[in-house]
Amino acid sequence: MPEGPRRETLAALDDADRRLVRATQAGLPLVPRPWDLLGAELGMTGEEVRRRMRDLLDRGVVRRIGCVPNHYALGYRFNGMTVWDVDDERIDALGAAVGALPFVTHCYRRPRRPPEWPYNLFAMVHCKSAAEAEGLVATIAGVLGDACRGRDVLFSTRILKKTGLRLGV
Amino acid sequence: MGRPPAEAVELDDADRRLINGLQGDFPLSDEPFAEAAATLGVTEDELIGRLRRLLDRGVLTRFGPMFQIERMGGAFVLAALSVPEADFERVAGQVNALPEVAHNYRREHALNMWFVLAAETPEGIGQAIDAIETATGLSVFAFPKEREYFVEMKLRA
Repeated sequence: MPEGPRRETLAALDDADRRLVRATQAGLPLVPRPWDLLGAELGMTGEEVRRRMRDLLDRGVVRRIGCVPNHYALGYRFNGMTVWDVDDERIDALGAAVGALPFVTHCYRRPRRPPEWPYNLFAMVHCKSAAEAEGLVATIAGVLGDACRGRDVLFSTRILKKTGLRLGV
Repeated sequence: MGRPPAEAVELDDADRRLINGLQGDFPLSDEPFAEAAATLGVTEDELIGRLRRLLDRGVLTRFGPMFQIERMGGAFVLAALSVPEADFERVAGQVNALPEVAHNYRREHALNMWFVLAAETPEGIGQAIDAIETATGLSVFAFPKEREYFVEMKLRA
């Protein structure tokens, strides 16, 4: 679950915000005045749509607005989920250090599921060759040092589904 | 949305500038495409046309806001299955059929199917996991995030 001050935002998402989220989660209309068009669909002005979107950005409900590339199409064929078994006493400091590496796109602590799954640190890396991936993994291993007892790298070989996150009806 | 290509596709310089320049900060102005186009050195029509083609070709999976669903009161869990090879296509179909499954990847490991479940409530996640276990006959390994150290998915074209 998220930590920190985020929970306070939950109750603050009103019905109009939720309708705006639903109207935009598949993407923005590709027209010269998209905010006005959304407003017309939602029964509010374009200015209100923009004000609400600004507020959602400020609160972190929207991380950013822009394009979401398909990694394979950009040549990032090596989409590696690197996973590490890191000393529980040291994982928070080390997780932050791994997350700060410029090539790591996501970095999380997650529960182990022994015996099948001994790993508690997940760091995603995206690169264009196996050799490049090896170098990145070695760099992460260097950051973790002797706090790491084991590791694996799971490359994705097929996208089975990618729709982005959707709110239900 | 177009079908995601399995291979890298040919992009020209303007496509690359657009992809690199528009991964965030889309303007909240009256005519945001015109404003973004001016920054990128193309016309508004060209920007919209290129975005449409990049989406149709599957180079972009989406153009719009990226939501952090937990902040809407929703829940978001990474999960995995160990799927016997002979059943892989059947199980992929069963998992993908759930609207709660946002993305799903094959990965090379004993746990060979990894997907993200998104629901408006934690109970919704539990129900989706139950539905997957019932449909597939397999046990779901759930990996809820305990701490987020970093997230910024931006890739240079």
